[in-house]
Amino acid sequence: MAELMQFVLSGLTVGAVYALVALGFTIIYNASDVVNFAQGEFVMLGGMITVFANMAGLPIPLAALTAIVVTAVAGVALNKLAIEPARGAPVVSLIIITIGASIFMRGLAQVVFDKQLHRFPAFTGDTPIMIMGATILPQALWVLFGALVVFAGLWAFFTRTLTGKAVLATSNNRLAAQLVGINTNWVMTMSFALSAGIGALAGVLVTPITNTSYDVGIALALKGFAAAMLGGMGNPIGALVGGLLLGLIEALTAGYISSVYKDAAAFVVILLVLFFMPRGIFGKSSTDRV
Amino acid sequence: MTTLLEVSGLGITFGGLKAVQDVGFRVNPGEIVSVIGPNGAGKTTLFNMISGVYKPSTGSVKLDGENVTSMDPYLLARRGLSRTFQNLQIFQTMTVLENAISGFHLQEMGPLLADLFHLPSMKSRAGKAETEARALLERVRLGNAAEKEASSLSYGALKRLEIARALALKPRVLLLDEPAAGCNAVETEEIDHLIAEVAASGVAILLVEHDMKMVMRISNHIVVLDHGEKIAEGRPEEVSRNPKVIEAYLGTEAANA
Amino acid sequence: MVTKRVTLLILAILVIASPFFFPSSFYYRIGSLIFVNGLAVTGLVILIGYAGQISLGHAGFAGIGGYSCALLPAHLGLHPGIAAIVGAILSGAIAWLVGRPILRLKGHYLAIATLGFGILVSMVLANEAWLTKGPDGIEVPDLGLKDVLELVGLDLSNSQFWYWFSGIAFVIGAWVALNLYDSPSGRALRALHGSEIAARTVGIDVARLKLQAFVISAVYASLAGSLLALQNKFITPDVAGFMHSIEWVTMAVLGGAGSVLGAFFGAAILTTLPQVLTVFQEYEQILLGLVMMLCMIFMRDGLLPSVLRLIRGKDK
Repeated sequence: MAELMQFVLSGLTVGAVYALVALGFTIIYNASDVVNFAQGEFVMLGGMITVFANMAGLPIPLAALTAIVVTAVAGVALNKLAIEPARGAPVVSLIIITIGASIFMRGLAQVVFDKQLHRFPAFTGDTPIMIMGATILPQALWVLFGALVVFAGLWAFFTRTLTGKAVLATSNNRLAAQLVGINTNWVMTMSFALSAGIGALAGVLVTPITNTSYDVGIALALKGFAAAMLGGMGNPIGALVGGLLLGLIEALTAGYISSVYKDAAAFVVILLVLFFMPRGIFGKSSTDRV
Repeated sequence: MTTLLEVSGLGITFGGLKAVQDVGFRVNPGEIVSVIGPNGAGKTTLFNMISGVYKPSTGSVKLDGENVTSMDPYLLARRGLSRTFQNLQIFQTMTVLENAISGFHLQEMGPLLADLFHLPSMKSRAGKAETEARALLERVRLGNAAEKEASSLSYGALKRLEIARALALKPRVLLLDEPAAGCNAVETEEIDHLIAEVAASGVAILLVEHDMKMVMRISNHIVVLDHGEKIAEGRPEEVSRNPKVIEAYLGTEAANA
Repeated sequence: MVTKRVTLLILAILVIASPFFFPSSFYYRIGSLIFVNGLAVTGLVILIGYAGQISLGHAGFAGIGGYSCALLPAHLGLHPGIAAIVGAILSGAIAWLVGRPILRLKGHYLAIATLGFGILVSMVLANEAWLTKGPDGIEVPDLGLKDVLELVGLDLSNSQFWYWFSGIAFVIGAWVALNLYDSPSGRALRALHGSEIAARTVGIDVARLKLQAFVISAVYASLAGSLLALQNKFITPDVAGFMHSIEWVTMAVLGGAGSVLGAFFGAAILTTLPQVLTVFQEYEQILLGLVMMLCMIFMRDGLLPSVLRLIRGKDK
């Protein structure tokens, strides 16, 4: 029982990170129909910039804030310089652009920072907390709490604020949104900033547990994409459920089946889900109009 | 005469909304039946159900006595049902000729290996399809455009190309969704003749068209839809005198004319 | 469109004439890599360019093809050449099994499913060390054809042999793909790319044709993987990795996904580029990412169609 609890706790922690990456995918996908494979690099930037800003003398909270802001700016730059000029290009071309962006950012991080593994101290120490016979790091609680705050905040943003509603309207129908006076370009910019910021925050939260280096992005992007698809692309609740589910599946596979195949579990589940639910768990079915 | 297409009690709901409800009629060989009704009456939805694009919630479609309800379009094509689309569904990046040849797909299709290595059997099949496709293009006055990319054609020409592609299947039942939309008077008359000619060869034709003059001129039978329901049917002159029809449809149309 | 005959002529001339301009034998090696990549990319042209279906996992089939050349000779005593053919059949069979459910998916859903498939293959290759010797890779036996050629008096260096062998394989692959383009199946594939709904109404069995395209492209990828393994005499699980799949898709789209000639140019550019970029050492990745982005932004239909349009535009 304690063992299961342990797997569940670590699964939820990893899952919360996947959920945040998946959320980043979802926000950008909703605003622009682009699947942003550079999403994982935002997480990498969040961690790496915090590390180096901290080494340069900034206290952790300030370093983290710097990281989030700089990453958000990088997200906006990605939109303005690479995504907007390519609007209307085929899906494959857009996928290649974002993968190119991800390689670019990774290369840049390797030059600007280095190729070493880095971490910074946990926010509130490393003394494990006991829960029902299992242990959890205080930093893991920070990750879970952070994810919770982001999702709650985003929910409020989409349902309570005019800007949030404008984003939703744009994702439903870009043309109609333009017609009622919504500046859809601005919505895109905001979505990239938000999504990059959330990614960076995930990086800040998780780095004390997992460490970070210039090349952690690609694996996170694949897992986040898988989580977003599992939940049903374009649905924030789906991103949350998909992310947590994926984390749990991985932890349980690692614990009970095989630790080397923990990464495979995610994709086996994805394939199975898509066989039976071609649009993910929370995806809507659609009818072709002819 | 045996009925070729028999539709009965057909209906579909989208998200709880009844788009079409309990529609039924028959089409015999050589007959032209038109479906008319105001915008949003459910004409295209009806077409999509008959041609297998949408799966109806209720009712049935019978093709020459066989129940073909909800059957995939490609299987319906093999049974002799073919159609055109209201908002063109042309293979834009292919040439006009290739579009027409694609209508002969069932006739020219053979083993994959023959295609990969251009075996003589494939060449003879494809050659025959090409000859017939060129003849068909001549018939719709697109012979000169055969080698052009389809996307370079005018709207009216694409409409004719779609009809040609549908005819290439040598259908027993042909569904035409607004074949004359966007065409000028001369083109409309040509299409008009073409439809009559095809019907005369024994094909059962189901037509959706907004050009009332054309509908009244060439239809043997008219079905009137409003808000997804059949409100009247009969010969053109009967329908045009039916007060319910005038109220629902011809009234607004007459005011515009 | 550039016709079949012209395309084949251009490719044959490129294969035959290029060695005259090679400053050193190292270039034979790059040439043969271009042809191997070109072969895999030609397969993707069929899948992406003709049929309009995406795959981010085709390197998985290259892994199957490559490891077949390593494992079948070692365990079953097959000749490496036969092993490559068995590997291709195996890849085709797996593509057929996997493709049936996967190809019902569209767009990004198809992308993640194929991506998942590729990653699973590379994981199995890396983790089943008892069979594959794990992440460090495994040796592949010699094809033996070079020695046979030597007996009949054709004395080629190793890199020269693989240049000609891959070159011929690529031209044959291009010929088959061009045949397919202008055939009933090819027309049907391009038709369902243009409008799936219209394709169905003219009687095209869309599911079956997509599956055929998937299987054919898998066989191409598998053969490319085998060629790679045989000429390196070594293979690692990286050949099946995600980045390898992406590389091929990028080559296909960069050249202009609809055309075989484009496949060649895409493969040529992206195979040569990293060799050139190594000069910039640590800036290599930055430049590679930049090139990928710029090409897709400014030539969204790919290099060849964009250039052709430019030339035709000037004619007018």
